[in-house]
Amino acid sequence: MSMVVNSTINGDPIEFSCEPDETLMDALRNRVGLKGVKEGCGTGDCGACSIRLDGALVCSCLVLGAEAEGRKVDTVEGMSDGAQLHVLQTKFLEHAALQCGVCTPGFLIAAQALLEKNPTPSEEEIRYGLAGNLCRCTGYDKIVRAVQDAAKTMNKRSKSKKTTGRKK
Amino acid sequence: MLYESPQTTTEAVTLLAKAKGKVHVLAGGSDLLVRMKGGYIEPDVIVDIKRIKSMNAVKKTADGYLIGAAVSCAQLGDNAALVKAWPGVVEAANLIGSDQIQGRCTIVGNLCNASPAADSVPAMIAAGATAIVQGPRGERQVAVEKIAKSPGVTSLKKGEVVEAIQLPPKQKKSGDAYLRFTPRTEMDIAVVSAAVNLTLGPKGVITDARVALGAVAPKALLVKPAAKAIIGSTLDDDALDKLAAACAAACDPIDDKRGTVHFRTKVAQVLAKRAAKIAYQRAGGK
Ligand SMILES: Cc1cc2nc3c(=O)[nH]c(=O)nc-3n(C[C@H](O)[C@H](O)[C@H](O)COP(=O)(O)OP(=O)(O)OC[C@H]3O[C@@H](n4cnc5c(N)ncnc54)[C@H](O)[C@@H]3O)c2cc1C
Ligand code: FES
Ligand code: FES
Repeated sequence: MSMVVNSTINGDPIEFSCEPDETLMDALRNRVGLKGVKEGCGTGDCGACSIRLDGALVCSCLVLGAEAEGRKVDTVEGMSDGAQLHVLQTKFLEHAALQCGVCTPGFLIAAQALLEKNPTPSEEEIRYGLAGNLCRCTGYDKIVRAVQDAAKTMNKRSKSKKTTGRKK
Repeated sequence: MLYESPQTTTEAVTLLAKAKGKVHVLAGGSDLLVRMKGGYIEPDVIVDIKRIKSMNAVKKTADGYLIGAAVSCAQLGDNAALVKAWPGVVEAANLIGSDQIQGRCTIVGNLCNASPAADSVPAMIAAGATAIVQGPRGERQVAVEKIAKSPGVTSLKKGEVVEAIQLPPKQKKSGDAYLRFTPRTEMDIAVVSAAVNLTLGPKGVITDARVALGAVAPKALLVKPAAKAIIGSTLDDDALDKLAAACAAACDPIDDKRGTVHFRTKVAQVLAKRAAKIAYQRAGGK
């Protein structure tokens, strides 16, 4: 028996229907059309399906679609501000932190969650923080550099915002 | 399959008790959904407990800390008071999986999945934690070490759900610690693990202790002789050797590619000693 689920996806109220045993990953991809949510393993190991559920970083392959009822869902599709890419997205491009790109949406979402919690992570903290995301192509180094660079840029921006704020 | 998301514990118990066919509680889903995906289980009904308000809270009471069954391990790590009172329990819970898994997984799910290698379980056993179980016949309180019976099997009866974990109040001059051995630092399952919780009296003498081991038997073990070996001592080398010997005697591990019987038994001793030293320091001992 199909269920009707109402949630806020990337800021918009969305209604979708799904089977009770259908994962949120499948529902987002196949019912809502958000193909930025990738399936690597389907068992919580690779992080390609990473999303935010009420702000918490989770693997959408380990969430049921029905659980999204009344909750906030954020995917990579909601990261940019219109055509303006998120700093993390820009830095991934600049540093060539992707090859096939299957892992990229998951890394972006996980890195965003990491930088919210810890705006100035060390390289080690980045590597631990992103341990739930696997990449078969890049060897991780460029991803770590991109996240470090994004953190720097984001901190500069928030600092300059704060100083202009004080001047007013 | 039916998906239910009750608002109260009473409702959950009714659903669990009346459900026809195979019924499973859903907490973080990091074990349940993997098993469903693998085709190991085909539930007829799933009862999601995450909409039950009381199960989403960590409460500090006169009896210690009451951790709701739906509280994620990430939330435990964010609770500064809990980290300070029970650092060993929280560090064990925070070792589970990745940040993504942490956002969902619970210590009650870790317990009820009944894996002998579950990280938070030895730490909870050492802490003297109790599971608050609600069922058709009301509430019962069960020592954490009595929940798992063998791999994948618990002592919970039809209709029962664990509502919360009760951690005792933090004693003065006490400390706990948890260590595991894994080939990789992250995203791996314990080959062996050890947890120690102890309390000090005057002059750094241990007056009370609990020692637990994981992944060396079909379920996590409370090793009473190991605790006895260090009670009355200042954790000198002699006491540490007796602790190690008691742990070795309790080990009954499997032999597989991740670790031989000899290796697991050896590492259990090393980890127990190290965990005891950390717990001793945390308790204020020198
Ligand atoms: C990628 C990955 C890495 C992992 N790494 C680790 C690790 O390092 N260490 C480790 O120990 N585990 C690990 N696990 C296993 C799992 O994440 C943990 O066991 C976790 O704590 C389970 O909690 P949960 O809330 O997700 O449980 P769920 O999957 O929701 O439930 C697990 C079982 O317990 C039952 N259950 C849940 N809540 C209750 C309740 N309140 N009352 C009665 N029964 C209940 C369920 O019916 C189910 O049978 C990993 C899993 C994945 C996918
Ligand atoms: S697809 Fe979800 S973690 Fe790999
Ligand atoms: S770029 Fe191919 S998996 Fe990461």
